Amino acid sequence: MIRAVRDAGLSALIALGLFAPLIGLVTENGDNGLVLRARPIAVAVVVGLVFLGRLLMLTRRRAITVPTLAGPSPAMLRAGSAVAPVLLMVALLLPLGGSRYYVDLATLVLTYIMLGWGLNVVVGLAGLLDLGYVAFYAVGAYSYALLATNFGLGFWTCLPLAGILAAFWGVLLGFPVLRLRGDYLAIVTLAFGEIIRIVLNNWVSLTNGPNGITGIPRPTLFGLRFSMDGGEGTFAGFFNMEPETIQRVIFLYYVILGLALITNWFTLRLRRTPLGRAWEALREDETACRSLGINVTNTKLTAFAIGAMFGGFAGAFFATRQAFISPESFTFIESATVLAIVVLGGLGSQLGVALAAIVMVGGLELLRSFLSFLADQMNSPFFAGIANELPLYRMLVFGLALVVVMVLRPRGMVSTRTPTVLLGGRA
Amino acid sequence: MRQHIFAKGFIRRRFRPSKPRIIDAALPGGTRVCLLAIASSERSRRLAYALQQLINGITLGMIYGLIAVGYTMVYGIIGMINFAHGDIFMIGAFLSLIALLGLAQLGITAVPIALALTLLFAAALAALYGWTVERIAYRPLRGSFRLAPLISAIGMSITLQNFVQVSQGARVKPMPALIPGGFVIMDTGDFAVQLSWMQIVIAVTTLFILAVFTWLVTRTPLGRRMRACEQDLRMASLLGIDTDLTISITFVIGAALAAVAGLMFLLYYGAIDFFIGFVAGVKAFTAAVLGGIGSLPGAVLGGLLIGLIEVFWSAYFSVEYKDVAAFSILIVALIFLPTGILGRAEVEKV
Amino acid sequence: MLSVTGLTMRFGGLKAVDDLSFVAHAGDITAVIGPNGAGKTTAFNCITGFYKPSEGQITLAHANGQSFPLQRMPGHRIAARARVARTFQNIRLFAGMTVLENLLVAQHNVLMRASGFTLMAVLGLGAYRAAEGNGLDKARFWLDRIGLLDRADDPAGALPYGAQRRLEIARAMCIDPVLLCLDEPAAGLNPRETDGLNDLLRSIRGDGCTLLLIEHDMGVVMRISDHIIVLDHGKKIADGTPAEIRADPAVIAAYLGEGDEDEEEAAA
Repeated sequence: MIRAVRDAGLSALIALGLFAPLIGLVTENGDNGLVLRARPIAVAVVVGLVFLGRLLMLTRRRAITVPTLAGPSPAMLRAGSAVAPVLLMVALLLPLGGSRYYVDLATLVLTYIMLGWGLNVVVGLAGLLDLGYVAFYAVGAYSYALLATNFGLGFWTCLPLAGILAAFWGVLLGFPVLRLRGDYLAIVTLAFGEIIRIVLNNWVSLTNGPNGITGIPRPTLFGLRFSMDGGEGTFAGFFNMEPETIQRVIFLYYVILGLALITNWFTLRLRRTPLGRAWEALREDETACRSLGINVTNTKLTAFAIGAMFGGFAGAFFATRQAFISPESFTFIESATVLAIVVLGGLGSQLGVALAAIVMVGGLELLRSFLSFLADQMNSPFFAGIANELPLYRMLVFGLALVVVMVLRPRGMVSTRTPTVLLGGRA
Repeated sequence: MRQHIFAKGFIRRRFRPSKPRIIDAALPGGTRVCLLAIASSERSRRLAYALQQLINGITLGMIYGLIAVGYTMVYGIIGMINFAHGDIFMIGAFLSLIALLGLAQLGITAVPIALALTLLFAAALAALYGWTVERIAYRPLRGSFRLAPLISAIGMSITLQNFVQVSQGARVKPMPALIPGGFVIMDTGDFAVQLSWMQIVIAVTTLFILAVFTWLVTRTPLGRRMRACEQDLRMASLLGIDTDLTISITFVIGAALAAVAGLMFLLYYGAIDFFIGFVAGVKAFTAAVLGGIGSLPGAVLGGLLIGLIEVFWSAYFSVEYKDVAAFSILIVALIFLPTGILGRAEVEKV
Repeated sequence: MLSVTGLTMRFGGLKAVDDLSFVAHAGDITAVIGPNGAGKTTAFNCITGFYKPSEGQITLAHANGQSFPLQRMPGHRIAARARVARTFQNIRLFAGMTVLENLLVAQHNVLMRASGFTLMAVLGLGAYRAAEGNGLDKARFWLDRIGLLDRADDPAGALPYGAQRRLEIARAMCIDPVLLCLDEPAAGLNPRETDGLNDLLRSIRGDGCTLLLIEHDMGVVMRISDHIIVLDHGKKIADGTPAEIRADPAVIAAYLGEGDEDEEEAAA
């Protein structure tokens, strides 16, 4: 016990060294230039938390079990297989609840789920660390935006084009860089993502630079527009309803739900094909794959291209949902968020990625609105303050979560892998 | 007619716009005496412009070189890219800012003393950060599957960036020039090549620290241990070298160097924000690759090259795309010159 | 079948393999032995396409007359076209995948062609089902042969060491090779497992596959090989039948040392 206290004390001391200057002394704008303001309480709180946390860790070491190679218990498996259909039901029926806020939030979550499933093919299945996934998202979005605003093409026409263009860029980037080893590939894709963003920001004649592209048309339902005038050729007019914005919102929700489900279906089928198995084998041991005659470069390229294609689809949807895009939406932070979702969900697990997106994107937003609600109800500036600060903390939590998950549970939340084929019965 | 750049005295020219004279250069914060005046002509103006870019590029390159050394050392010893290293540089810059402000508020304004104290403070605490990052995010994953330490490194990088953003605010933090002024070393009449004191300080400090560091690596037992671990980690540990300690020390030294770079950056550019580590990190890594990953002189050489390329690109092509230039070099270097200029070929053991 | 001429592999200033020449005849079990660092694995890596040799020629001749210049081919082509399979010194199984999946991955190229390059497989169209059925049959066949049929759905990483070694051999055989290269297949096996290995290798040879193996276990080498090549410091110092090698003074000096019970038992 004494040893644990001493150890925790040492950790607290280190924490003091780390946090005292950066948390304790804040640089703020003063009268002429910056001044330092001391925040000893914040430091004390953080150091105290470190001390307690470490103490708890050391005294409860037995409680931390390392996950083994063996699978989960049959009960858990049965419970696990029920989650997916339940989620699907909820997803299908959600808009009937009628609240625009929730449908909007669900649309956002579904966009991230689709991005996560797309990146999952690259990182989760094939084991290629792509840190510039947002580049394909941007290609999809800008392709649709430019085609629509310059050539007047509709969403459904542009959607496959966006995917093809994104896949094309995926092959173009992938071809020279996929033979690099893991670390190098990661940083090269990071650089590529940044290059795309800078080019989008500065090539004003093509992309309108930081001002972005506005007036991107919305998708139609078999030619029916979702406009507010309710006349001929609109959704409201056709069904003889009062035109309301919620109709378009719900329609967009079902569009992304459909796209996401197609992505999921396609990926699940791919997993069972030789290509999918080759991806997973590649992730396990590339050298062994080569020794078995698998063309490693082509296999990687295919993963990259397919992942890019889904990113492109998601990008086109993003453009149409917002009706406005600018380079600001396509930063490294987006790539990092999607990566965090894939990693936390368990590399390769579709359900895990969906859960991670729901928790991280949806959950955080719900928390924020709940805190705002509390703040209003209780007239408390404390809760309001936290609610306002929450988005800032989001990436911090993501980053920490990445580290923690890697150290404790490298296989993510859903840590088991379902085999693609079983000799002793159906997989 | 040939032109002499550093000639004392007058040079008679046919088309001299004004009499040769000693010029008082009006530099911000101070004035200095210039060496001479040369007649203006397009060629000398262009030469002067290029010379200025050279000076600026070398200065920037030294900062990148300091950061690149950290990348190359860690890669050499444990074979992974420390994605969080660029953010240690950023933290070093912030620590320097806080130290300088604190010292100013305490009344210690004598520049050399303040700088020395700041250097020690920033380097020591950044070293602590480097040590902590290694212990928390990398050491537990040493035997794990390939992607794990990479993802952990990215997580650490994001954590550090956002930690500083949350605790210090997202706005750019300006700081007035602490070592103002310099002197004009060449004036063509409509363009003056300036060498600031800050640039000299950066050059001298960097060279000095690199010299100390090289001595450390080549002459001391610690350096021998580091090199042994770099060659063959398992063998080194079998021979009784405490590899954990050696790896930790590698991180610590790299972090301290990055902190020095952070201080230099702060003093040179006068403005920092929580995001500088990201871009500088990628560029410094490019430098390490260009020079040959695993090679220390290569890292410095690469740093200088990247600094020069960036400055010349901004000066002659476009400022907006200067980052694109640096990032593209990374891609090109990794594809066509993966072992870099001074590196050795890596053979994968099958 | 396999003819190596003047193979040299240089790493910087070091010559790992120096002017190595030998012939492995079809249907033989040829063993490459030598002290550690003699260049055996390096030669293997050159033959199987993981290293590009600095000099020399490696030619593989199939029974149908086709011949392949292995020194110029990339690793996966050597496996896919020239049909040379290999195992590794440190077992390289796909540990997270099941035993069965390991064997199916080996049949990747065949299955890929049959799946209409995946698109048809995704849509679930017919021809792929049949091909996958064939693939499963072949996997079942090999699983039975190495005695792992009951563990087909277990993760490969969960198998005991000896089983993992056998699985790696079976996986290599699933590409239908004409030449199987084994890098220290008996390392870490107990005597009973070693006997099983010998039987397995002999039966593979009986099916018409040529074997080339690196091995330190003299019992295995002397018992099953038809032809032995001895390397030392990258050079070939002996080449002949087990009896000849046992008596060769150069080999004894460099490697074998005094007589061993295993070999005398094998000779008897």
